Amino acid sequence: MTGILIIEQTLNGLQFGLMLFLLAAGLTLVFGIMDMINLAHGSLYMLGAYLMASLAAATGSFLLGLVLAVLATGAIGAVLEFMLLRRLYERDHLSQVLATFALILIANESVRMLWGPQQMMLNAPAALAGPVELLPGMPYPAYRLAVIAVGLVVAAALYLLVTRTRMGMRVRAGASNREMAQAMGVDIRRLFTVVFAIGAMLCAVAGAMLGPLLAVQIGMGEEILILAFVVIVIGGIGSIRGALVGALLVGMADTAGRAFLPILFRAFLPPEYASGIGPGLASIMIYLIMAGVLFWKPQGLFPARG
Amino acid sequence: MNPFHIASIGSLFSTRRIQGLALAGALAASALSGIAIGADKVRVGMVSTLSGPPGALGIDMRDGFNLALKHLGGKLGGIPVELLVADDNFNPETGKQAVERFVKRDKVDFVTGIIYSNIMLAAGQAAFESGTPYVSANAGPSQYAGKDCNPWFVSAAWQNDSFHEAAGQHATNKGFKTVYLMAPNYPAGKDALTGFKRYYKGKVADEVYVRLGQLDFAAELAQLRAAKPEAVFVFFPGGMGVNFIKQYVAAGLAKDSTLILPGFSADQDIISAVGDSMLGLFNTAHWSPDLDNADNKRFMADFQTEYKRIPSVYAAQGYDTAMLMDAGVRGAKGKVENRAALMKAMKTVKARSVRGDYRIGANGYPVQNYYLRVIGKDAQGQIVNKTMGTIFANHADAYGKECKLK
Amino acid sequence: METQPTAARSGAAFAPRAGVALALWSLLALSLLPHALDALGQGFYIGFASRVLVYALAASSLNLVIGNAGMLSFGHAAFLGTGAYCAALLWTGGTTSAWILWPAAMCVAALAALVIGAISLRTRGVYFIMITLAFAQMLYYVVVSLKVWGGDDGINLGARPRLGLAPGFALDLADEFNWYYLCLGILALALWLSGRLAASRFGRVIAAQRENEIRAEAIGFPVYRYKLILFVIAGAAAGLAGALLAAQNGFVSPKLMHWTQSGSLMVMVILGGVGHRYAGVLGAGLLLGLEEILSAYTLHWAFWVGLTLLGVVLFAPRGIAGLFSREAAGR
Repeated sequence: MTGILIIEQTLNGLQFGLMLFLLAAGLTLVFGIMDMINLAHGSLYMLGAYLMASLAAATGSFLLGLVLAVLATGAIGAVLEFMLLRRLYERDHLSQVLATFALILIANESVRMLWGPQQMMLNAPAALAGPVELLPGMPYPAYRLAVIAVGLVVAAALYLLVTRTRMGMRVRAGASNREMAQAMGVDIRRLFTVVFAIGAMLCAVAGAMLGPLLAVQIGMGEEILILAFVVIVIGGIGSIRGALVGALLVGMADTAGRAFLPILFRAFLPPEYASGIGPGLASIMIYLIMAGVLFWKPQGLFPARG
Repeated sequence: MNPFHIASIGSLFSTRRIQGLALAGALAASALSGIAIGADKVRVGMVSTLSGPPGALGIDMRDGFNLALKHLGGKLGGIPVELLVADDNFNPETGKQAVERFVKRDKVDFVTGIIYSNIMLAAGQAAFESGTPYVSANAGPSQYAGKDCNPWFVSAAWQNDSFHEAAGQHATNKGFKTVYLMAPNYPAGKDALTGFKRYYKGKVADEVYVRLGQLDFAAELAQLRAAKPEAVFVFFPGGMGVNFIKQYVAAGLAKDSTLILPGFSADQDIISAVGDSMLGLFNTAHWSPDLDNADNKRFMADFQTEYKRIPSVYAAQGYDTAMLMDAGVRGAKGKVENRAALMKAMKTVKARSVRGDYRIGANGYPVQNYYLRVIGKDAQGQIVNKTMGTIFANHADAYGKECKLK
Repeated sequence: METQPTAARSGAAFAPRAGVALALWSLLALSLLPHALDALGQGFYIGFASRVLVYALAASSLNLVIGNAGMLSFGHAAFLGTGAYCAALLWTGGTTSAWILWPAAMCVAALAALVIGAISLRTRGVYFIMITLAFAQMLYYVVVSLKVWGGDDGINLGARPRLGLAPGFALDLADEFNWYYLCLGILALALWLSGRLAASRFGRVIAAQRENEIRAEAIGFPVYRYKLILFVIAGAAAGLAGALLAAQNGFVSPKLMHWTQSGSLMVMVILGGVGHRYAGVLGAGLLLGLEEILSAYTLHWAFWVGLTLLGVVLFAPRGIAGLFSREAAGR
């Protein structure tokens, strides 16, 4: 029984971690390569989920909706980069914070004007709606398995893209030394547009895949943005590997904290204290981890730059 | 209902005022019913959460209120209404500012509209100190029901614990032997579970608290499955509720353990966000779309014609709030400047209501029925709540005895 | 050879120069404001103006950290909230004298800043942004979950504290005029002190490390300790702003230390013009005023606030202050 619980919680941690990774990957790329703080990353995630909800309903197909939503969000990201964000690369972090903060306000209000204030309906395809029996006595939601699968596929694809392709080489070159890469003939402007569009598409994948598990509502991007920032800071900014490790660490630790800390405290504290301290500690767990990591490794676990 | 922290960007901002919208289309359609006129208009200040992530609730409430004014010919107790609306932006500080502005600058006759209890507790004092009647369309903090009860507060909704108490009674009625309880780790969450336990006589399998605003419940759901309870009761306001229900259903738990929800976690706003998988869920509320009374039938029909959506419980409360004010002005014979008479009338005169008959207790909170509802499909195939029976008849809240008001 | 002019240049942003006359005129104008509002029959807005002054104090304290020292703290609301809660808890414990409440709030907020700063200042840049945010969020979750402190409902105070000025005489703070002038006085004093601080040897070292930390360290300044001291001073000032806000509102709520509050303060500073002595005042006035006006006309006011902020970034890179004065640090 407990064995099954541990396996199940491991899967849960993996799934939560992978979904954070999808968001963190785009964020860390933009952050690392363009040295740009993009608070509006969460807005792209929200946009992805809203587009997914509309398109899946319009086409009647989850898969088609997913593909269209990802492409549309990617296009919006590219336009945003081309029209606005590229004016901010040369500016300091403060200007970027203010500008992308303004974008959050604009995005939230635009979504409200276009879609209305109500939450959107977005459900898992019927085939994945229920649980499947993974092990005897261990049913697991099929849709969560799908999230794990998509997360793994995207992580692998991203890894291949960054390590095995010419574009990936340019990306890595840009991340470790932008001026040098430019001097070596990399068309940084075009690269940035492409990278930003990829980041936006990753957001849309996350938004679309999480929509059936989470509320699709205005402001959903900011809730998860903070978590994504925590992940990339733990992992080391600009490092895809760091984002993956950070995301899995946060996902696992958060899940384990929520699952086992209350039990642990109950074992040796009177119940009236245990019921307060356990969940309390679990809710600040990820922040404690982040503060701890930064205390010992002020550049995160995998610093991209030396 | 207490607030749910959402990382609301909107809440950075504080004060706002939406210009009074004098009711269009509410021309002198209906004749005065022989009431002596003490004032040429009655001003209502509505402070509600209209923007930001949780804004949908306030908008539903406001629309319900406006529909009632339309039904009343743009008048309260026969006197033309001027409605001033302000957005509290889900921020207590802003809410208080807005109430102050209404009572000090605009000198309104009624204040209403606050959805969230924490905003209510911050802003209420401003209305009370100026001796302006506050008619609650949602927020029903226990403080105002018990030791901090106030002569200027009256509620057309319900005390925060009531839905939870009804859910507890329902669990007792059904004879559930073990119930698993979950709520966010903050006082309102603990109060909700206390309310449930006040009327639930069986065994509590476990009581689990999660972070306010938590997105993913996989870890908790795994523990829940292992505990094998007969029923589950959760209090998760706002988006948390949607997250939980979606994940609960996806985990296939619905067939093993009966999920019981407080009404606002299973109302139209949530149904429209979750859809089919909510079919068959039980919940408790003081109102239901299919309640059989003339006012409710008219409300249901006209709301859907007017706003092209099924009203939620918040819309019903907004409607009843206007009706309670109407009763107050009528009872005070149109003399709105006599605030004490307004309060007295609201507490004694029978107001029309889509929930059927109810009365106001000494502490300003309603004494009313609470119903068991189940989510199903109506004749047109729309997913709505249906009444399954009465859990409490003429139920008063648990705090009234600490209130010294007569 | 480069250090000297660098320090002088950035010091200039804070040095009292031609700005003195402007500052005095502004102070005079602000002193007349409540009477003007009252004469126009808009007496209600005196309270709004006081709120702007309190937020200006909070934003100015953040400007001390961001502008002078170049440390991007994203957790400043933690100190605002600590000060507010400290004052509120002492108040509910029976302490009514502002002479105890406010200094206590400053001390506790300074202590919080000391602990958080000591750990956070090990990091740089974006990492510093995130670790300060993390600490603020931890405090937020602790306060929200504590039932004895009212949790999400916060604490109601009911009245404003008592400010005794002489035996048997106390300033009536419930009077909006008195309250306004008190806030104005505190803000003016704080700005004057921060100007003196920036112009001092301590302030110049802080400015020097902002330009080049390694060099400042190599010269032999204990940069870490200097930064920590500044962080603590700013925390104490924010704590005072928090206590004032608690008195002004008559309640405290965990919203005060939510990350959006930190973000809001940061936006005020950037909007005002980072590093300019009056960035906090200008930013607080503009942001709060903008909301006040826009929200009177549309529910979608946030959209227009967003567009305005975007316009400021693109067309007024040095904030509002940069539009009017050459003093703003052009960074």
